[in-house]
Amino acid sequence: MKSIADIKAIRDKMQARIVNRDNSDAEQETRIVVGMATCGIAAGARPVFNEFVDLVAEKGAHNVKVTRTGCLGMCKLEPIVEVFIPGEEKVTYVKVDPEKAKEIFNRHIIGGQVVTDYVIGEQ
Amino acid sequence: MRELALNILDIAENSVKAKASLVVITIEAKNNLLTISISDNGTGMDKAFLQRVTDPFTTTRTTRKVGMGIPLFKEAAETTGGSFSIESELGVGTTVTASFVIDSIDRAPLGDVAESAVTLLREDMDFVWVYTVDNRSFTFDTREIKKELGGIPIDSPEIISFLKDMLKENIESINGGIIL
Ligand SMILES: Nc1ncnc2c1ncn2[C@@H]1O[C@H](COP(=O)(O)OP(=O)(O)O)[C@@H](O)[C@H]1O
Ligand code: FES
Ligand SMILES: [Mg+2]
Repeated sequence: MKSIADIKAIRDKMQARIVNRDNSDAEQETRIVVGMATCGIAAGARPVFNEFVDLVAEKGAHNVKVTRTGCLGMCKLEPIVEVFIPGEEKVTYVKVDPEKAKEIFNRHIIGGQVVTDYVIGEQ
Repeated sequence: MRELALNILDIAENSVKAKASLVVITIEAKNNLLTISISDNGTGMDKAFLQRVTDPFTTTRTTRKVGMGIPLFKEAAETTGGSFSIESELGVGTTVTASFVIDSIDRAPLGDVAESAVTLLREDMDFVWVYTVDNRSFTFDTREIKKELGGIPIDSPEIISFLKDMLKENIESINGGIIL
């Protein structure tokens, strides 16, 4: 069974990586932000958040962070996901589910192409 | 909400909004009763506001006219024959407690606590989860985890993913075959 004692090994691996990477990497962080207020949670934001986290961890996308935020003010369009890539305009995806999250991750976060079908205003 | 673990996440979101630095969440299944409490040291509420907070037309938000998180949780508890209470003091914090009569729910009510817990992980706030079934108990304290992490952010995807698996395994072992 995994325990707190396993954290040291993961920490050492991550620390080695942080020492190795050059400073400019730190500013190049991509952020995936998932709306997690009542409407978002009820509409399925939690599995979307967890899907993104697992994809980033699996693929070793070290410059990508997944965070949550509160109400984004568009209840009917939840789950809502905002993608911030340095140097690019914010992209807002709506009615996201884990399948769409996978597509957004592969095509947009990794591939650099916005998945226009799921972007707000395109439905 | 399909799972009580989602209600817990929603109630804990209030603690995040209330700028708490510590949130303690206890989940205890004993003698046919599932008791959940979420306690924070955030801004708290004054007496007048607190009295209205279980009413679905109370919220401080402007984008939607009704607050529904707390009323939903209260209703979920009361429909099982359980109870609900909320205590709060301005400048001190808030505690929400709900109990559910397990027998009177036809499906496993709690759902995935690990999946909920990891979405709350963050650097500027700590969470303590105490999970008890009968006399078996497991505690997950982000202050201890952060000490082990030695500066690596607890909300790094790799860490979140690891902690999720760790929580799932520990919860399963505490459940000992019972599905909550
Ligand atoms: N833990 C808390 N600390 C301080 N204020 C709270 C807390 N929980 C709830 N509140 C207040 O009660 C309101 C209603 O909460 P809730 O029913 O969850 O609806 P919502 O979060 O959508 O507003 C919140 O907007 C907030 O002002
Ligand atoms: S209240 Fe519905 S999205 Fe915020
Ligand atoms: Mg709320």
